[in-house]
Amino acid sequence: MTSYLCKGNQSSMADQVKLHGTWSSPFVYRVIWALKLKGVPYEYVEEDLFKKSPLLQQYNPVNKKIPVLVHGGKPVCESMIIVEYIDQTWPHNPLLPTDPYEKAMARFWVKFAEDKGSIIGSLFRVSGEEHEKAIKESLEMLKIVEEHGLGEKTFFGGDKIGIVDIAFGAFSHWLGVIEETLGLELLQPNAFPRLHAWTKNFKEVPVIKDNLPDRDKMLVQLKGIREMYLASK
Amino acid sequence: MAGEVVLLNFWPSTFGLRVRIALAEKGIKYEYKEEDLSNKSPLLLEMNPIIKQIPVLIHNGKPVCESLLIVQYIDEVWNDKSPLLPSDPCQRAQARFWADFVDKKVYVASRKVWRPKREEQEEGKKEFLETLKTMEGELGDKPYFGGETFGYVDVSFIPFYSWFHAYKVLDNINIEAECPKIDAWAKRCLQKETVAKNFPDKKKVYEFVAQTRKKYVSA
Repeated sequence: MTSYLCKGNQSSMADQVKLHGTWSSPFVYRVIWALKLKGVPYEYVEEDLFKKSPLLQQYNPVNKKIPVLVHGGKPVCESMIIVEYIDQTWPHNPLLPTDPYEKAMARFWVKFAEDKGSIIGSLFRVSGEEHEKAIKESLEMLKIVEEHGLGEKTFFGGDKIGIVDIAFGAFSHWLGVIEETLGLELLQPNAFPRLHAWTKNFKEVPVIKDNLPDRDKMLVQLKGIREMYLASK
Repeated sequence: MAGEVVLLNFWPSTFGLRVRIALAEKGIKYEYKEEDLSNKSPLLLEMNPIIKQIPVLIHNGKPVCESLLIVQYIDEVWNDKSPLLPSDPCQRAQARFWADFVDKKVYVASRKVWRPKREEQEEGKKEFLETLKTMEGELGDKPYFGGETFGYVDVSFIPFYSWFHAYKVLDNINIEAECPKIDAWAKRCLQKETVAKNFPDKKKVYEFVAQTRKKYVSA
C-alpha cells in the first residue's frame, strides 16, 4: 500500500468490494467472516501464489501477499488491518468494543494471535529438535490464550464473536488439519477445556459454519507441503 | 479523560519512546517510572503478566501494553488535540500498515545486524538498509509520513533514529548517505519540541548499544 492508492474521496459503503485471496488461507477467511458478519457483498478473486497477478502486485507492492481487499478501487492489506477497516467502514454489528480501554485489550489479543499464532504454522518447516521446541512453544501459547485470553467467556468477544475470535479463527479449523497432517494433538480437551469448547462454539456460529474451506482438500494440500519439506532435507 | 497516567519504560527503548512522544503531542502529564529490565519490578509483572515488557501505560490503574496499541489508545482517549491517526478509513488502514511494517520488517531486520557471524551481519545490514529504502519510498517528497503534519507513522518510526548513530559507529551503516530523505525527515521531526525533549542522547544510546551488543556478537 502506498499513499497514492488512497487518493480521491472516501469509498462509500455502496462502492464495489473485491477480495483477493487463496482458497485455504486462514488470513483470507478472517476477512470473509468480517464481510459476511457485516452483510457486505463482495467479489472473490482467487490468486495463484506461484504466479501472482499484476493486479495483486499493483495493490500490494510492498509484500505482494494476500489477502488484499479492494474497496472502490482502493486496496487495503494485512488481514487484521482489513478487518478493522471493514469494522470502521460498515459500523453496524461492531466487531470491536466501543470503550477505548476494552478496544486496547481486544487489540492486544489480536496482536498476540498475529505474533504468536504463527508458531503453529512453523511446525511444517522444522524437524527434530526444532520441531520439539516449536511444539513446546505452541502449548505454552495455547495455555496463555486459554487462561488469560478466553478465561470464563464463551467467546473472546463475550456473548458473541468479535474481532479477537476472528483473529484466533485458525485454531478452530486449520489447527485440527495441521494436527492430523503431523500426527500431533496440541489442543487436547483435557488440557485446554475452554479453548476446546470455544472451537466448537465458534464453528456453530452460522457465518463461520457456512464459510470454512473444505477439510479434505486442506488435508491433501498440507500433506503435500509437509512432504515437500521433508524431501528437501 | 484526565486521571492518573503512569508510564513504565526503559530509557533506550525505541518502543517506549513512541509512547513518550505521543503523550507529549497530547500534552498529557504523567508519572515516569524507569524499569531495570534485568530486575523487573512487581508492578511491571503485575501490569503486563503475559509479555512482561515495557512500555506499559497505566491509566487510572488499568494497564495498556504494546507500544503501537498504547499510541492508538492515547489518540482515541485524548482526542481533543493533535490527532495522530487519520479519520479517513483508507488512510487510517494505510497508516497502520506502515507502522506495522516498521515493527515487522525494519525492526526485525535491524536485529539481524547483530547476528554472531560476519556473513550474517553483512546480510542483516543489507536487509536493514532495504527496509529503510522502502520507508524512504513511502515518504517520497512529503514532509512527514502523515503528509503535512506529524502523525502515527512518524511517531512509530522516529524513535529508531535514536539508534542510527550507534549503527554508524559500530556497524559502519551510514543511513545519512544511503537514505538522505529519511535523514532529512528525522531532522525535521527533531525540530519538534515533543520529539526533541524526549529523545535520548545519542552518545548514551551508543554506549548502551555497544555494551549490550557484546552479549550477542563474538569479536
